[in-house]
Formats: sequence, structure tokens, C-alpha cells
Amino acid sequence: MLTGIAAPSWALAARTLRNILRRPQFLAPLVLMPTLFLAINTGGLHRSTDLPGFPEVDGFLDFQLAGAMTQSLLLGGVMQGIGTALEIEGGFFDRLVASPIPRVSIVLGRILAGTAIAAAQVVWFLILGAVFGVSFHGGALGVLLVILIGAIAGTGFAALGVLIALRARNASTVQGIFPLVFVVLFVSSAFFPRALLEAPADWFADINPLSYVADGMRDPIISGISATPVLEGLAAAAGLVLVFAALAVLALRGRLRDA
Amino acid sequence: MPGSAVEVVGLERTFGDFRAVDGIDLAVAPGEVYGFLGPNGAGKTTTVRMLVTLLRPTGGHARIAGFDVASQPGEVRRRIGVALQEAALDLLMTGRELMELQATLHGIPRRGVAARAADLIERVGLSEAAERRVGTYSGGMRRRLDLAMALIHAPEVLFLDEPTTGLDPTSRSTLWDEVRRLRDEGTTVFLTTQYLEEADQLADRVGIIDHGRIVAEGTPAALKAEVGRPRLDITLARDGDAAEPDADLAGRAIAPYGDLCAAAPGVHVSLRVESGAAAMAPVVRALDEAGFTVEGIELVRPTLDDVFAEKTGHRIEGAAPPAPAAV
Repeated sequence: MLTGIAAPSWALAARTLRNILRRPQFLAPLVLMPTLFLAINTGGLHRSTDLPGFPEVDGFLDFQLAGAMTQSLLLGGVMQGIGTALEIEGGFFDRLVASPIPRVSIVLGRILAGTAIAAAQVVWFLILGAVFGVSFHGGALGVLLVILIGAIAGTGFAALGVLIALRARNASTVQGIFPLVFVVLFVSSAFFPRALLEAPADWFADINPLSYVADGMRDPIISGISATPVLEGLAAAAGLVLVFAALAVLALRGRLRDA
Repeated sequence: MPGSAVEVVGLERTFGDFRAVDGIDLAVAPGEVYGFLGPNGAGKTTTVRMLVTLLRPTGGHARIAGFDVASQPGEVRRRIGVALQEAALDLLMTGRELMELQATLHGIPRRGVAARAADLIERVGLSEAAERRVGTYSGGMRRRLDLAMALIHAPEVLFLDEPTTGLDPTSRSTLWDEVRRLRDEGTTVFLTTQYLEEADQLADRVGIIDHGRIVAEGTPAALKAEVGRPRLDITLARDGDAAEPDADLAGRAIAPYGDLCAAAPGVHVSLRVESGAAAMAPVVRALDEAGFTVEGIELVRPTLDDVFAEKTGHRIEGAAPPAPAAV
């Protein structure tokens, strides 16, 4: 093979990152909308911490921060999906396909950029939390674990976005499909403890990987580092990457085969 | 044809019941510029997309530089340069960034990338714009950048899909010059166009496609010679308020010098001649002696449009581009 997977993947990831930074109107909503949600939820629902069964937290913001991160990461997936669909519509995707690079690099380039953006999104909310008095019980290691789980989960969401774009083939359809993904977020423990959810939401939340991603990022913030939620969070995030990246590569191959 | 840069046998592509490409055969020799001429919807772009591995044939086969497009697409991609109909560029990137990305995608070693990119950018006249985002480029600049990107890895076969459609005459002229230079350097070029003049000016050989089938193929000169001899189109002057000149009478006066063409309405007479421009003087003299005043006379040589009309029974709409500023 003339070119390996790494060089074109990195080149395409760098290009995607550079373009995202050059298009702030795409980048800003990734953090602004979840930040507004966070502000509204924290202001209006802070008494929720008094509910019996609510975990011990220093404040409602401490609990909500992981939910806002998960929401932001999902929006990152939307952005990567729209970006891919726009490349398909505009023909740049054909240029990549007509190049002698491994097909997997086309998908990897996009989702690796998703990894970097996801890490930056998590850092934004960590800074926000620090500014508004969140206590990070897990310390520096906990913060690093939150960033790690978030970056991996963001990679998975980016792969999901690419998968949807490859199937939908146009940006408006991607935008239309993604609200359905957010339904999945609301039947998770991202915004409310699993213990306080009622059937069937609690059942969905138990099998929903977003619950484990959110809890994995939340635990180092609100109660220090515990092996179970962190490992479950890492496993769920890694599972998202493996499943959606594999499906995205298969979708690309299928698309090329059917062309 | 063994050793062909492009070899196509019975190539087909259907979309449902529609046969976009209906069993075409062609061969392009190394170093040749092959013009693939036809109107919109004739099957040009579908053919090119199959040849550059973006679309799978539903029948027949094609080999590029000796490799099969269906079973060896990776080998084909390494040997071709592609500039598709719409210059598919990333408008947020600069010209230089795009060139360097293209080089990386083609596995060009990093140390040689910058120099190669700069050379090609200069060659297509974009040095001053290289650090600007492509979104600020004009249509002609984008096409030139697209061409430069297609050349980054010195491809054996270059596919240009309607490279000048929609361009102004100056930009078209610049691209024509570049294609001529590539031909002089020995690059095989497969050029699709709906412009007759473009095919006539650039192509060593032309294949005319209509409704998915190749209806004629050969050098432009040979194709035009097939259609026939040049024609003199004569406009007779009206004499004051008098009635229109008698075209039939004028026709009889000049009949000894060629074959009168049918359907010459009003003050116009047309005559097919053997000798081209040499026939003009005696024809004008004969009309003068017969009492007619010649207002205008034009020697019309057969064009590829005539060839197309002869082979298909209709003409290509919009086949004549604005004339290039300099060719």
C-alpha cells in the first residue's frame, strides 16, 4: 500500500480541526447550548438535591456538569455528521474517495478530529465548573479521567455522526435525524440520577451507554475516583467508538460498493 | 488495444431502467489527448466516474494504465489525476494547504511536498493567491487549482471532466494552454467537453457520445472530412426598393463552381465547393456578371457540430463557448 493509514488519517484530522476553528459558527453551539441548559437546569432545579435518594453532592451544578458535557459531546457528533454530509454534497468527499488512501482513513480522519474537539469541550465545562465553585473530589487524576472518558465518548459520537451522514448523504437529513439521538440522552442518567427514574425510563437508563458515560465523568467530580463507574464509563465510551466506527467504515464500503 | 493508457470495452452503466452508458468501446494511446464530446446527459460524466473508480460499471470493463477499474481500483487511483466537473475544493483551506493535503493523500514524501506544490501553483498562475482561502477564488482560479491538484503526483492519465464549463474566455484560454502543455509533456489526457471548439482545439482524437453510445470517433480533421466539403454562404444585396434578388437565378449562375445546397432562403445562396477559398473569386465574378451584387460571402468549413448533427440528427445546445481571448 502506497500510503499507510496513519499519514492520511492525521492529515485529514488536522484539516478537519483547522476548518472547524475557521468556522466558529459551527463550534460555538457545541458549548453554548449545553451551557445555557446547564444554567437553566442549575437555576431551576437545584432543590432536586433534597430529594430522597439523590446522591450526596456539594451542589446541583456538580451533578449537572457531566450531563452538560454528554450533551455537548453529542452535539459534537452532529457537527461531524453535518461536516461529512456537506463534503458529500459538495463533492470533496469524491476527491478523497478518488485518492489512493485506505478507505478507513477517510472515516478515521473525521473521528480523530472529533476526539480533539471532544477533549476541548470537556475542558470548557471543567473550567466553567471551577469558576462557579464545583469541587473536584477526584483531584487532578479525576479531572484527567473525565477528559479521557469524554474524549473517547466524543470519538464515538463523531463516528455516529459520520455513520448517519454516510447513510443520509445530505446535511439536512443529518440534522433531521439527530434529534432522535437526543431522545436517547434524556432516557439516561445524564441529567437525573438513575435511582430516581421511574419505569420504563429507569430500565432504558440501565441499558443506555450514555448513562455510563455520564456517570463515569460525574463520579470523579462529585465523589472521588471509584473504580466501577470510571471503568464502566471507559468501557461504554470505548464501546461507542468500536461499534460506530466499525459501522461507519462498513457504511463507507457499502456506499462505494453500491456506487 | 494492448499498451493503451485507457482501454474500454463494452462499458455499461444503468440506473434502474435507464442506460446512462450503453456499451461503449474506446482506446486512448499513451500521450494522447482524447476529447469525449457530447451534450449534457449524453453519458460523459458517468463514463468518467466509472473510469476514475467513483462508480462501478454494470457491464463491460475498463483498464487504466493497465489496471482494471473494478478489480484493481487502488492501482488505478495511484496512476490517475482527476479534476471533476465541479471543482470539488474545500473553500475554507488555502490553495497551498489543499495542494499539500493532496500530496499527502498521494503518499508524496513530506520533504518534497512544499516544493512540488509551489511549482504547480506557479505553473497555473496562482502564486499570489496561494495563501488565500479558496472561498475567495474566482471560478477560473478554482479550476486551475483543481488542475494543479490533479497533477501533484505526476499522473500517467489525467481526467478532466468539462474543465472549462462556465468559465470566462480568459480562464478558458489559460486552461487550454495548460492542456496543450501537458500534451507536449506526454501526459495522457481524457477530456470531456460539450464545447465543439474545445475538442477541436485540444484533442488529438475525438469520441462523440450521444445517449450513452459512441456515435463517431476519429481525429477532428478526419471526422470533419467525413461530413463533406467546405461551403460558401453568400448574401446577395437588395437593389434599393426592388424586390428580393432571385436566389434561384443566382444559384444557376454559380452552379458550375460547386453543388448548390438546398434550403437557401431569401437573399442567401450556399454552395458546396471543392477548393475552399480559391472558389470565392470566380463565384463572386459569376454573380457580378449575372447582375447580382454580393453583400457578403463566407467560407464555412465543416465543424464538429456538423459531424455531431450528421451522426445524431440533432445539434448540441450551447456547444459554442465564448471565444478565448487568446489561443
